[in-house]
Amino acid sequence: MSQLFHNAAPNATRVAPPLPTPRQYPSQKPGQVYLFGTCVVDLFFPEAGLDAIRLLEREGLRVHFPQDQGCCGQPAYTSGYTEEARRVARKQLELFAEDWPVVVPSGSCAGMLREHYAELFQDEPELHARLEALAARTFELAEFLLHVCKVQLQDQGAPTKVALHTSCSARREMNTHLHGRALLAQLSGVERVEHDHESECCGFGGTFSIRMPDISGAMVADKTQALKASGAAQVVSADCGCLMNINGALAKQQAALRGQHLASFLWQRTQGNGGADR
Amino acid sequence: MNSHTLIPTVQLHGDFKQRARGALGDAQLRQNFRSAMDSLMAKRASAFSDADERERLRALGNQIRARALSKLPELLERLEQNLTRNGVHVHWAETVDEANAIVLEIARAHEARQVIKGKSMVSEEMEMNHFLAERGIECLESDMGEYIVQLDNEKPSHIIMPAIHKNAGQVASLFHDKLGVEYTKDVDQLIQIGRRTLRRKFFEADIGVSGVNFAVAETGTLLLVENEGNGRMSTTVPAVHIAVTGIEKVVENLRDTVPLLSLLTRSALGQPITTYVNMISGPRKADELDGPQEVHLVLLDNGRSQAFADSELRQTLNCIRCGACMNHCPVYTRIGGHAYGEVYPGPIGKIITPHLVGLDKVPDHPSASSLCGACGEVCPVKIPIPSILRRLREENVKAPNDPHQVMRGQGSKYSPRERLAWKAWRTLYTTPALYRLFSFFATRLGGLTPSKLGPWTEHHVAPIPAKRSLHELARQHLEGK
Amino acid sequence: MSAKANILAKLKNSLAGTTPIRDEFDESLVTQPWSYPADQRIARLRQLMEAVHGETHLTSLAEWPALLERLLGERGIDRLLVAPSTPHGQQFSAHCQQAGSPLTLKAYDRPIEEWKAELFDATPASLTGTLGGIAATGSLILWPTREEPRLMSLVPPLHIALLKASQVYDNFYEVQQKMQWSAGMPTNALLVSGPSKTADIEQVLAYGAHGPKDLIVLILEDA
Repeated sequence: MSQLFHNAAPNATRVAPPLPTPRQYPSQKPGQVYLFGTCVVDLFFPEAGLDAIRLLEREGLRVHFPQDQGCCGQPAYTSGYTEEARRVARKQLELFAEDWPVVVPSGSCAGMLREHYAELFQDEPELHARLEALAARTFELAEFLLHVCKVQLQDQGAPTKVALHTSCSARREMNTHLHGRALLAQLSGVERVEHDHESECCGFGGTFSIRMPDISGAMVADKTQALKASGAAQVVSADCGCLMNINGALAKQQAALRGQHLASFLWQRTQGNGGADR
Repeated sequence: MNSHTLIPTVQLHGDFKQRARGALGDAQLRQNFRSAMDSLMAKRASAFSDADERERLRALGNQIRARALSKLPELLERLEQNLTRNGVHVHWAETVDEANAIVLEIARAHEARQVIKGKSMVSEEMEMNHFLAERGIECLESDMGEYIVQLDNEKPSHIIMPAIHKNAGQVASLFHDKLGVEYTKDVDQLIQIGRRTLRRKFFEADIGVSGVNFAVAETGTLLLVENEGNGRMSTTVPAVHIAVTGIEKVVENLRDTVPLLSLLTRSALGQPITTYVNMISGPRKADELDGPQEVHLVLLDNGRSQAFADSELRQTLNCIRCGACMNHCPVYTRIGGHAYGEVYPGPIGKIITPHLVGLDKVPDHPSASSLCGACGEVCPVKIPIPSILRRLREENVKAPNDPHQVMRGQGSKYSPRERLAWKAWRTLYTTPALYRLFSFFATRLGGLTPSKLGPWTEHHVAPIPAKRSLHELARQHLEGK
Repeated sequence: MSAKANILAKLKNSLAGTTPIRDEFDESLVTQPWSYPADQRIARLRQLMEAVHGETHLTSLAEWPALLERLLGERGIDRLLVAPSTPHGQQFSAHCQQAGSPLTLKAYDRPIEEWKAELFDATPASLTGTLGGIAATGSLILWPTREEPRLMSLVPPLHIALLKASQVYDNFYEVQQKMQWSAGMPTNALLVSGPSKTADIEQVLAYGAHGPKDLIVLILEDA
């Protein structure tokens, strides 16, 4: 949780929060979950959201998709429009009334809910308990499948090589790269290949890619070059911002390689018909 | 070398974006930085092979720096008392002009003609070389990297490795052109050329200038780390030693320097320790045979007290200047240090510079980050650099009439149009009915997406909305379940 | 108001209503990872010192003068700066006399101003004692004195240091505590971990930047 909660006086010198302890996961799989789809998935990768629902349903969960959901507020927040972000975030807080887990098919958005809402509402102490509870039940999709559902994937697809790209903030805040790797490792026909400077940012960074197109462009050029050189037949990622960036650049370069959301990849590999019904 | 050639003549043309574009197009520069940063990252990683030890030490480093800042005024006064007791003259300067005036006064009192400098980023803030040169006093850098960039009328491109943007061939040409020596790309030979030239200067200099890594309040000690020996030379051979440092560099106790030292040298260069740890607690005593007759310390504010005023921004002052944030920064790696156009480049530069020069002088700095978090992850004193960058973006877009005055030059990116766009965005995402309408048309009319979408389509194809939103797909899918 | 008063007033104002952060210095973090069995301290110090091109020799209280004479002879060095009033200075001087060594022994016995040129240009090597060593980082501890001033270990291109095996400590923290450094520091205290070096050109490591090009550590096993 935010370090901001540690200080008594508002202008007291800040100490870094205590070292994080490994996250404790519920020992029992819950019966019902919320899916927070995120704004980018909603308009650009809706199939990924739907595949996330299918994966969760296959684990025996009842999935709820609150129709009033919108955006976690991250774009405005990272652009410095904190009040706008707060308003949008507050709206999302109304959505998850039951204490079911909130599953998010995008790492950085899950991180926003879990790590940054506390900062965003630091001046509203009456919200703190609620935010802490929300943070505790917010999960990135891969993490939830792996550690809460303890999913056992049966790979049905042909042998292939994939490269995994993980959103930076998600990896640093929630170790999502480990979750993605663990899930891919369950797929017997899938070989995960490393790419050069794998942990380096793809250059998206939300509005960074618009405000600093030259630098962002150089970063995504290097990232796509590394992915193409990796020998992977496709790229998978659990973060749609990065996917939009990487796929947009690959298409511009007229490369054959593309990135796919991890949820869609997992669903297609484990469905028996290779996704032929799509 | 005469004094007028020492004035940095490199012109930093254009704004940040233009300089970045220039740097991105320079293949040699890109290659020099990429390989150097890769090597520095690997060195740090191997120096911290035990992640648990590293994280606990970082937490301690953070705690020590935060503790010092939480009683900064008291520690500064204690430092001054103890240094004064030890025979060191302590001076205070609010601005670089004041700091330069103090240095000049000391120099004039000693009729100094030549100053030799150990590495000091604060003296870069002061542009001391330029200032003294204009007043007829030669001010020569003695750190090999600093010497190289000064010889080429450049500024440092990295706070630890000032000449990292150059390769051996470029240094060879520089030495050949400026020093008249035979062209050689052999690094050992190049260093020996520098050694010979600068030994003369240590010998002749009237004053030695240095920075400070840690100023210990408890004992009145200035601790300096270095590998070359130029720091020891500069602080020992000349009759007068002037140390210049920021007011935040003080630590409470001598023992606090032990973990900080370990964090500093391992984070910076992956070294267990630097060749020299030089602890100076006073000038030459009556019965001693060498060391400076006078030692001065100049404590410089230069905007630090502005950062200090806000508890979030205050964390900027935890910095121990190791450079790890720039070594790990994907932006710095691609554009190098000069593109930032200021003394401190990279992530730490982006968060400290606005306080030194005003946010309006570096309006693009807070935006020049993807907030990937690499800097915060490696910072040995756990400065939450990405959070502070975000905060500076907030200060940057504040309205001019915002009553909450946090920093000089705030609101430099204020744009009524952009603010309106975000208001529209907010309305869209807080009004579900409106969003449903919007997404209905966005998905149905996705085919009308223009192929050119501003800067985005310079490097990407335009993103085309899907045919149905997840809202719709989920509703259909979940209906009746 | 003075600059000092202005700065302090601003800082104090910013801290109004706050209390200082408690001192939670955890000494185990700077001791436990850096503690060694007694029989491994010397080996570690040598390993780290040699990794940065420091030369080390295991020798004894009785034998080091002959070893040093030989090492200097091998390098063709004919002059050595040595403090005649220290026990090791007297021992080495006596050895040279007995052995009929052609070495010229020079003393740093006047203020630097009186012989700066000679120190810089005609003093190829120096011998100093040390206060001990640090196993964790491969460092020597030097507190320059009137007999062995600051520049003695810096200006000559070759520095030879005597290190008593019994004075090798585990880590810097232990040194500060056992020697009670916080009770009073000398005008100059140094940790020296190898010869002078730089990696400022293309990160290529080069030795002999501005200080000694070579550092020889003579470890006296029985002292």
